[in-house]
Amino acid sequence: MKNRSLSFWLFLTPTLVALALVVFIPMLEGLFYSFTDWDGLSFTKMVGFKNYITLLQDKAFVNAFWFTVAFVIVTVILLNVIGLGLALLVTQKFKGSNFLRAIFFMPNMIGGLILGFIWQFIFTQGFDALGSALHLSWLQNWLTNETTGFWGLVIVTVWQMSGYIMIIYIAYLQNIPNEVIEAAEIDGASPWQRFTKITFPMIAPAFTVCMFLTLSNGFKIYDQNLSLTNGGPYNSTQMLAMDIVNTAYNASNFSLAEAKAMVFFLIVAAISLVQVLYNRRREVDL
Amino acid sequence: MKKRSTTVIAIVGALIGLLWLFPFYMIATNSFKTPKGIFASVLSLPHPATGDNYVNSFKALSFVGSLTNSLIITICSVLLIIICSSMAAYALQRNHSKLSGGLLLLFISSMLIPFQSVMIPLTANFGGVHMLNMWGLMFMYLGFDCSLSIFLYQGTLSSIPLAMDEAAEMEGANRWQIYFKVILPMLNPMTVTVAILNIIAIWNDYLLPSLVLPQIQYTIPLQMFNFFGEFTKQWHLALAGITLSVIPVILFYLFAQKWIIKGVTDGAVK
Repeated sequence: MKNRSLSFWLFLTPTLVALALVVFIPMLEGLFYSFTDWDGLSFTKMVGFKNYITLLQDKAFVNAFWFTVAFVIVTVILLNVIGLGLALLVTQKFKGSNFLRAIFFMPNMIGGLILGFIWQFIFTQGFDALGSALHLSWLQNWLTNETTGFWGLVIVTVWQMSGYIMIIYIAYLQNIPNEVIEAAEIDGASPWQRFTKITFPMIAPAFTVCMFLTLSNGFKIYDQNLSLTNGGPYNSTQMLAMDIVNTAYNASNFSLAEAKAMVFFLIVAAISLVQVLYNRRREVDL
Repeated sequence: MKKRSTTVIAIVGALIGLLWLFPFYMIATNSFKTPKGIFASVLSLPHPATGDNYVNSFKALSFVGSLTNSLIITICSVLLIIICSSMAAYALQRNHSKLSGGLLLLFISSMLIPFQSVMIPLTANFGGVHMLNMWGLMFMYLGFDCSLSIFLYQGTLSSIPLAMDEAAEMEGANRWQIYFKVILPMLNPMTVTVAILNIIAIWNDYLLPSLVLPQIQYTIPLQMFNFFGEFTKQWHLALAGITLSVIPVILFYLFAQKWIIKGVTDGAVK
């Protein structure tokens, strides 16, 4: 198709218009408003970097940032360990392995909002009952403080996303030729040696994919946060995405929310760009 | 020896599987209990069992209405995304110029922008032209989700030889006919993937529709959020509501599992 042909542009029009109106124009407006005193409808003056300075001194934002960072570190590790573990488990040949695979993936089909409600019941009612039956006090009063809120969010995320990560690892595991494993077996390699010397190096690309996926998903989590703890108690479990939404729609501080949203963009985009650069370098190495 | 280790693995697998299903067990069993029953024991089976919770939450959730809204919004948005992104991908893939390379980069770079970074001006703009409703929402989904879809279609299109287009052109077909009659049908496997990925994302989405939809057009997650706020501490009703809202998803999963797993793998790995 030629650049100047009418059909070339007609084929592209719907998506280009949607992309511009839905993503790029609002993004540029947001960037502009973050330097003003915008109240959601209009602005009176430019304020320079005032909103960005306020943001650095905003306790809620700083707390949300560190809470999110801690959450991301823990979930990236757990999701990859458990996801890979499940993948290794269901790729063994035994009766019911396909059924198990289906079960592990199932939570991924349900939205974060409803998952949060499901686990709110389990943490507050189920754990409490188990705790008093087994006399384990650490199982009681979940979600009433920052620590249990944090681990609650971690558990929900791990339960939801492990199956997804598992699916990706499976795709790479199935690419390992059977002969390689068999040859190692004949040569007398133990299962542990086969895993560390053959399987693991061969699924290294899967590790990169999964790590960046869990990294950027972790930063963007909102729904689970809303329905499980709603940021409480006292905003102690509020993550970055939720802090932005609340700054805008609860506190009506729209220009500050925009500044936060731009910082949020920089964080998320940086992760993705690092991934792209990393992949490119690896491809060159190959 | 080999046999025994397989048995051990199967047992370990079964135990982890049960652990994974435990939340579903908790929700399903407790949704049939009376408030007293839940208070007495959350871990036991319902005794006596009651279906009242379902009758009540079905009404309170306006389940038929919210299910219909969810279906309309998901199906229309996904169709819109499939048609528009495959068209765009076709134009970009069959045009080898700096321009099309630049446009593709533009689409891909939009994937770097998180939703929270655009939501405030976006809803303000659409509110200004009275498009905060399900039609506006469908258009927004096209904007947010077309990039990944174009990217996926682009990859598949490069494996469809240009000779296909040329053969059709020789027989007198114009661009649109070539695209709709020849190319689009050949993209079917990728269309399934694009559809699955978008269905899951749109069906479960909460934040965007909560900012856009008027109450009459509430989808299941939105209705669920309101419902939950109304019935906090009334777990018997809340759990029946949760179960109701999970059922359509599980049915879809059972029905389309094979394609879902393939679609999710394609979407993540490509």
